[in-house]
Amino acid sequence: MHDIRIPVGPQHPALKEPESFRLALSGEKIMEASVRLGYNHRGIEKACEERTYIQDLYLIERICGICSHAHSTCFLQAVEELAGLEIPRRAAYIRSVIAELERVHSHLLWLGVAGHEVGFDTLLMYSWKDREIVLDLLAQMTGNRVNYGINTIGGVRRDISAALAREVIKGVDALEKRTRYYIEVAKEEPTLINRLSGVGVLSRQDVLSLGAVGPTARASGVGRDVRKDDPYAAYGELDFEVITDKHNDVYGRTLVRLKELLESYKIIRQALDNMPEGQLAVKAPRNIPAGEALSRYEAPRGEDVHYVKSNGTDKPDRVKVRAPTLANIQTVALMLEDRYLADMPIVVAAIDPCFSCTDRMISLKQKRQRRRVMRWEELRVYGIEWYRSRGVDFSRLNNSLKL
Amino acid sequence: MSTEEKIQQELLKRFSFLDGKVRLQRAKRLFADVPLDDFAAVLEYASRELRFPILLTITGLDEGEDLGFIYHLAREDGVTLNLKINVKKDGPSIRTVTAYFPGAEIYERELVDLLGARIEGLREGERYPLPDGWPQGQYPLRKDWNAKALKDKEAE
Repeated sequence: MHDIRIPVGPQHPALKEPESFRLALSGEKIMEASVRLGYNHRGIEKACEERTYIQDLYLIERICGICSHAHSTCFLQAVEELAGLEIPRRAAYIRSVIAELERVHSHLLWLGVAGHEVGFDTLLMYSWKDREIVLDLLAQMTGNRVNYGINTIGGVRRDISAALAREVIKGVDALEKRTRYYIEVAKEEPTLINRLSGVGVLSRQDVLSLGAVGPTARASGVGRDVRKDDPYAAYGELDFEVITDKHNDVYGRTLVRLKELLESYKIIRQALDNMPEGQLAVKAPRNIPAGEALSRYEAPRGEDVHYVKSNGTDKPDRVKVRAPTLANIQTVALMLEDRYLADMPIVVAAIDPCFSCTDRMISLKQKRQRRRVMRWEELRVYGIEWYRSRGVDFSRLNNSLKL
Repeated sequence: MSTEEKIQQELLKRFSFLDGKVRLQRAKRLFADVPLDDFAAVLEYASRELRFPILLTITGLDEGEDLGFIYHLAREDGVTLNLKINVKKDGPSIRTVTAYFPGAEIYERELVDLLGARIEGLREGERYPLPDGWPQGQYPLRKDWNAKALKDKEAE
């Protein structure tokens, strides 16, 4: 017999993306949890069928703001297989460099979010400040902080010059120093150790049966990593370790992500030092021969899977995307049960969920809505009027703040 | 002989009806068309005997008269086996695979919402991914579906 049932979300206290949980509570304990997703469903798979492969590339890159390179590379690997294209080795190396820089910014982002969720906001400020280093590097290399647009069918669009490579190495050196400091903090700081240990427990057996992926799986001792198991881009030629941990909880997931950062730096240095000379892309045909291909990619949050079916035209017949969060979300209900309500934000955050990725598909507006852009001054007047109509008058306040 | 070729041979040895229906597309990629009635046996054999413990996802396809479903299985060594079944679109009923892969639940719910599949044996639960008020009989990933037709219908 449970005392109370509460909905949490879709506007959620812990995350900036919508998802909804129904929790049955007995006192402070969660007795039962269920998850409802789909609030970010934008129709991308369907939209891909109506666009050409090159248009789809840019659409698919926008499935997710954080692992955009993951999705675009995963999609292209399938398309390139169908077209019988072998990308130049230099392009493969550049894809791996960008992929690891993306993992670095994603894991540093997660570290900040995790710190925030447990009330350790200093960690948020520190790690997000450091994250700027990698975002600046990505902007220098590709022109963008996220959604890099580096990929094209048959290779990449931009080269990494020797001078730029030196800048990247400098940035990576600085980041490595910071990461070693965070690892020290994670291993010694009682605030983190006590707050994260034994929270969000997921056994190895649960990972195997529910098919969890990425750091969530690896922190429960399941060493699956597509970069090793089914190598793509340049990973077959690069030396790195798959990090696992046996804590089976949020603390373990923190250690795995931190140590993975060190592996990413190792990969980036190797790839830049041994980058083969050569062209950046091979010419791709407009029409892709009929066939089907399955592509796998180790995104920061876990395995990304794309399936593409072609029909001989310039548009695909079907594009299917399985983002890592969809594989991990089913573990959340399990991790919440019989735990305290106060653990919920960090347990959810610990799988590093990304619901834009997960919900790829449909939004229909009931009526045609007019979009309007409000200027700052208009917004200010609107706000003052809104309050005045409710009996509060701000108009006489001396607002000397210049914006 | 490569691992993939060995798996291909094991499949053919065990299920003679798969003759000519298992293709090795490239290293680590096996595709097989499986008759609907024999699917459970092949899936059980692949997951337990051929050591494919991972279900990557399930892809649903609209193929005109039929709906196609591809179960993407994977091994720890990276070999994937893509088992495809077909059912008639006017009675698209398949059995749940949650007994072999408990994590398949959300992938099966997606097939229900987006392609109109009927999954026998799937436990009650929240739908995914369409909203609660989504009109019945509208399956967005079917080829004859488009958003405009639905909007026009609602406007009527």
